Amino acid sequence: MNHTTTIKGEQHMRTRAVKTLSVAGLSGLLAVAAFGTASATTPPTTPAAGTMGAMGTPAAGGLKVDVSKCTAPSGAKVKLQLQWKAQSQFAGYYAAVDQGFYKDAGLDVQIIEAGADTKPQQVLASGAVDFAISWVPKALAEREAGAKVTDIAQIFRRSGTLQVSFKDKNITSSKDFKGKKIGNWGFGNEYEIFAALSKDGLDPAKDVQLIGQQFDMNGLLSGEIDAAEAMTYNEYAQVLEAKNPATGKLYTPDELNVVSYESEGVGMLQDAIWADQAKLSDPAYCGEAIAFVKASIQGWAFCRDNPEKCRDIVSAAGSTWGKGHELWMMNEINKLIWPAATGGVGTIEQEAWDRTVATATGTKNLDGKTVLTKAPDAESYTNDIVTEALKQAKAAGVDVDGAGFTPATVELQEGGA
Amino acid sequence: MTEAVTVKRSVRLRRALMYPLSFVLVACAWELYKWLGPPAGGKVLGMRLLARTNDRAMPHTWKMIERLAHPEVRGRSDAIWLVVSRATWYSFRVALAAFVIGVLLGLVLAVVMVRFKTAERALMPYLAISQTVPIIVLAPLLATLIININKGLVDTKWLPVMVLGVFLAFFPVAVSALKGLQSTNAASLELMDSYAAGWWKTLFKLRFPAAVPYLTPALRLAGASAVVGVVVGEISTGLRTGVGRLVLSYGQDATSDPPKLYTAVFGAAALGLVMSALVVALDKLLRRNLPPEPV
Repeated sequence: MNHTTTIKGEQHMRTRAVKTLSVAGLSGLLAVAAFGTASATTPPTTPAAGTMGAMGTPAAGGLKVDVSKCTAPSGAKVKLQLQWKAQSQFAGYYAAVDQGFYKDAGLDVQIIEAGADTKPQQVLASGAVDFAISWVPKALAEREAGAKVTDIAQIFRRSGTLQVSFKDKNITSSKDFKGKKIGNWGFGNEYEIFAALSKDGLDPAKDVQLIGQQFDMNGLLSGEIDAAEAMTYNEYAQVLEAKNPATGKLYTPDELNVVSYESEGVGMLQDAIWADQAKLSDPAYCGEAIAFVKASIQGWAFCRDNPEKCRDIVSAAGSTWGKGHELWMMNEINKLIWPAATGGVGTIEQEAWDRTVATATGTKNLDGKTVLTKAPDAESYTNDIVTEALKQAKAAGVDVDGAGFTPATVELQEGGA
Repeated sequence: MTEAVTVKRSVRLRRALMYPLSFVLVACAWELYKWLGPPAGGKVLGMRLLARTNDRAMPHTWKMIERLAHPEVRGRSDAIWLVVSRATWYSFRVALAAFVIGVLLGLVLAVVMVRFKTAERALMPYLAISQTVPIIVLAPLLATLIININKGLVDTKWLPVMVLGVFLAFFPVAVSALKGLQSTNAASLELMDSYAAGWWKTLFKLRFPAAVPYLTPALRLAGASAVVGVVVGEISTGLRTGVGRLVLSYGQDATSDPPKLYTAVFGAAALGLVMSALVVALDKLLRRNLPPEPV
């Protein structure tokens, strides 16, 4: 997805020095920038919660971990691989470091950021890190390819993916995609779109025009795309932080229609904590897993109750978003987590898991490919770790349900300041 | 005599002017295309080749310059030029290390290949193949490998990125140095033999000087490759503090702040410029004892 558009531009300059990479490099870079910087993999996303509070039951089955054999860690060094750079999408983990929750749980946690080509589940399977954050379909696809990783806590309960369009396009549900130019990120981020299309009986090859989308939302703003893929917590806010040249004011939600895949009933599970399956039978490692999930839950509960403090923690950890954008993201992320599943945050729900797997195995993209060729084996998830972690967290007085959670209203400024 | 001096001075003046002028020319070309080109992009022979010229895709050059003076994010204290400069300085050091190691590695490989014909036949195909591996495949692989090797060690996050730079930089040097070291004619070699000069002495007194003309273009390539390897590696692995990371971050801000991305691009371009200036200096140093090129 990296458009490395090398540009011509024969410069007949006499001086050899100038001729070298300098000018060529500059114009090349500028050219790349002009075409838009596309970057790969998981674009950080944002969306508003759709089916809030739908009661799911914890998934039964899954990998059996005998938690009574796990030993509590003491000062164990643990590495966590994120799926993107520091931002509020990962606030709970940064807060757990900052507030000493990991330390209290006997862990010394180092958080590792990702680049454009990092596959967290792959890094985890290689043994380079102890835990990783990844979307469920992506991790399961990697699992099918041989990386034996197991979902031990489903932190995000809802999908944050949206399809955003201007009001005049009249796209209020996925049915209205028909005949429209639909932007998508590709690289496995397009399956919710395809699932919605097939639910509505639309043929992705004929009934819509699918357009590869860049990281930014300029395609939507310039009218090349009718409805752009966006995460509630990021790209959607970017539109609201941009000025409408016609009015000279920021775009407002009133000017936009939003289709939420969660509301459409085709949302796929996103951020989860993944562990190395083989090592879960090791008492020390599964003890670390329990402690890690417990302290992470504490971190997320802290960010639910202190969104502004968490915004500051993430900024201090190196996020380059402006304060307004960061707080918006924090708030939207909270909406994806809280109120939590029956049993407490992180519990893997049967219905959501099955829906994700069904979409991953049953929905074909344009190449006729599905995310997974068959349903993943039972060892791809376990509720045993998170159940034990929740027990410990509750005993420590943490509100793991967030039943009374009410999202804040965040006002956005131009450029996300 | 005065004429010769004037000529020399005017050449120098022209050269000195060329540098800033080249920037102005690029800026003019940018603005010209922005003015004439299709705002929503265009197709050539059915392919989308023409870039969009609207303000979001191609902000005015003066907006980019203006952006340099403002903070990275409103409310932060450091102006963006400072942030970009710091990141560029960091990347420059990594790229320089990659260049130096890459050149040394290339030279060593070339010497080994000159010394042992078998080595040349054994290594050459692999060297060629090595350059066909896409860098975006290598970057995550290297990052993972190096985290594995360095368990418990200090901050070595820049290492995979530097290795990528080395990986791209050594190749042109190895190939050209080999060619250069082999370029000595039989008569000269026999002369060295008649002096009873050993292999090493022949290497340093005869082969290396003979290789210099072959080496200088290779050094330029290596300099460029080291920079590309480092910047792409930074984007790919997400290495914090580098200018590649800024390109990645600011690219995401392009929806509401298009000129911001270009400030990072300026940093990356400056990185290339400084590196090429260094290579030119190195080139001069190497050529100081060579007879002037025949006209």
